[in-house]
Amino acid sequence: MTQLLEIKDLKKSFAQPEGGRLVVLDIPEFQIAKGEQMALIGRSGGGKTTLLHLIAGLLAPDQGSIRIAGIETNGLSEQGRDRFRAETIGYVFQTFNLLPAFTAIENVRLGMAFGSGKHQHSRAADLLTRVGLQDRFNYRPRQLSVGQQQRVAIARSLAGRPKLLLADEPTANVDPSSAESVLELIRETCREEEVSLLTVTHDMQIASRFDGIRELDEINQVDHTSTSSA
Amino acid sequence: MSLIHIAWRNFCHRALSSFLTTFSLALGVGLVVLVLSIYGVISEAFTRNASVGYNLVVGPKGSPLQLTLNSVFYLSQPIENLPYTEYMEFLPKDERAAMVSRFGGDPKLAERDGRYAPYIAGGFAIPLALGDYYGEFRVVGTTPDFFTKLKHGPNVDEDFTFSEGRAFKDFSAEHSYFESVVGSRVAKDMKVKLGDQFFPTHGDPSGHGHELGFTVVGILDPTGTPNDRAAFVNLEGFYLMDGHAKPVEADQQSENDDGNLLDEAIDAEESNEAQPETDPTPNANAAASNGVRLVQTGAGESEVGPDSTAPDTAGKRPNEYRLLSIPEREVTSILIRNGNIMFAPGMQNAINEGIRSQAAAPIGEINKLMNLIVGPLLTALLAITGITCAVAAIGILVSIYNSMNDRRRDIAIMRALGARRTTVTSIIIFESFQVALIGTIAGWLLAHAAIVMYSGQIEDQTGVQVGFFTTSNYEILVLPLVLALALIAALLPAWAAYRTDVGSNLSA
Repeated sequence: MTQLLEIKDLKKSFAQPEGGRLVVLDIPEFQIAKGEQMALIGRSGGGKTTLLHLIAGLLAPDQGSIRIAGIETNGLSEQGRDRFRAETIGYVFQTFNLLPAFTAIENVRLGMAFGSGKHQHSRAADLLTRVGLQDRFNYRPRQLSVGQQQRVAIARSLAGRPKLLLADEPTANVDPSSAESVLELIRETCREEEVSLLTVTHDMQIASRFDGIRELDEINQVDHTSTSSA
Repeated sequence: MSLIHIAWRNFCHRALSSFLTTFSLALGVGLVVLVLSIYGVISEAFTRNASVGYNLVVGPKGSPLQLTLNSVFYLSQPIENLPYTEYMEFLPKDERAAMVSRFGGDPKLAERDGRYAPYIAGGFAIPLALGDYYGEFRVVGTTPDFFTKLKHGPNVDEDFTFSEGRAFKDFSAEHSYFESVVGSRVAKDMKVKLGDQFFPTHGDPSGHGHELGFTVVGILDPTGTPNDRAAFVNLEGFYLMDGHAKPVEADQQSENDDGNLLDEAIDAEESNEAQPETDPTPNANAAASNGVRLVQTGAGESEVGPDSTAPDTAGKRPNEYRLLSIPEREVTSILIRNGNIMFAPGMQNAINEGIRSQAAAPIGEINKLMNLIVGPLLTALLAITGITCAVAAIGILVSIYNSMNDRRRDIAIMRALGARRTTVTSIIIFESFQVALIGTIAGWLLAHAAIVMYSGQIEDQTGVQVGFFTTSNYEILVLPLVLALALIAALLPAWAAYRTDVGSNLSA
């Protein structure tokens, strides 16, 4: 099976106020295959979001390799990573992170605004229709329910036709009855768009829906009680 | 979705803050545009006023600015008077001979061309006699040439036209020497109609009134020049008013008593011109001997106007007036137009090298005045309004910078969606530019709306016509300057946007 995401010997640490550095992640190896939908389980504060930021290129690792669709992202400049992210990676946030100044459809179009591809109104409209918001195009986030906001966020994350979708606790802020439908929506649209999906969650019930489940503690060799000097 | 669209959405999202910031900038820009427009109006008014078809003003030695102010703008007090012979120096022999013949004076004056006549061949010299008032307005004694030879307008090619009536004549059967033309402002303020008569006051608006009155025969159309604020009377009638004849004998005595070098030099100059060896007019001779003024001394004493039996305003018939002889005549200043403008500097130098007269170029004097007084005032005003704009620009900075706390998350989201640091920085700068652009346009519109609102009064006061799109040359600089200020104001928040940490703000 072709690997879409390959991580090797990835390490990430953060400076501590009192000096020294806290190592958060030390992952010898981690892969996701093309089209695979994987849930990564981990406790809060375990480094799940940091791993997603590293994969998305929002953070630079201390060392190691992150290869996505055959491209070594660590070798890219910051601008290169930004562009790569815009064209290759979709991101669904725990808190949706819609921009309040923009309507639903404009938020979706923002997902296409920073890449090199065309950012068509029709693509945004199609995605919103697919997530059931065909009558909410011009609503602003504050005019939408929590569930609807998350649907807009899902549509936005797929707008740029990414190869990999990163979902950070996508159901954490929606009510339990909506959580299942949101999750199903993500999985279904990823299947339709042939997008690999990596969802991090601390909820075992959510994780159980996925074909592949990995625990962060299994792939991360860091003992969270240790602190090392840089 | 373009960055400008994103910036516009941010602008609209913070509608109240954006409006207040933009409005304060609009007020600042409006003030700057108003100051520039006012300067443009003042500048144009001065230039128009100083450009009425003549290129030099000749008057007694003294301040050239004062000469310009009182002869061109009818402001300030006349310096002194010049003998009529000084005016005759600008005339050719035949015109001088006609004057000697008509008014009486030294026959030698008729034997040569005026000293400066060659310089103005093809041009003109128009005498002015000032000193009287009609209400608050200056009475200007001059010749009918004033209305036929002088021009006005932006290109100095428009003739004087009359809303009513006509120019006064040198002599008319109906009103003798006592015809008058009033400027548009005088007619409006003094509620003058054709046929009305006014009696000038001597020396200042509250001075004693002359006995002789002038009949208004013409009202000028507005010209946008100081002539709108003047009452023009026939020079011959002006001379006939009491106190306007130069007391020849007394003047000579005064000069002898004084004895300074200048006067001696003037005496020497005058000895061959002003003092007739044989005065052809008996009454003038008599006047010279007894020193009395010679106006209204009775019919048949000197050459008078055409024979007429029409009574004048003082109850006398025209032939009952004796025109002043040349030695009794004085002019306040002379408006000169050189037939060939190339001769102007040479003539100006020749006059200024003399001991009695000076020649001033009105436009040059006005430019000096603008540079010395109006320019610094404008600079001060511009500095104040510039500070206002700078304060408004600081307002932009404060507004955007304060919003940075709210928008760090937005910036982080955009960065997560693939926006580069330079992209989010550009959005902040575009937002600042939008405030600047809208503020500048709104300020410009406000200022010009105000100008249009007061355009009637501006035209009344200065004669300068201003419309909505009447712009100063400097206004074109306002937008680039405000955009530059906006760019400076945006730098700090843009830098904050550039440095926004994505990870921490996404998780916030």
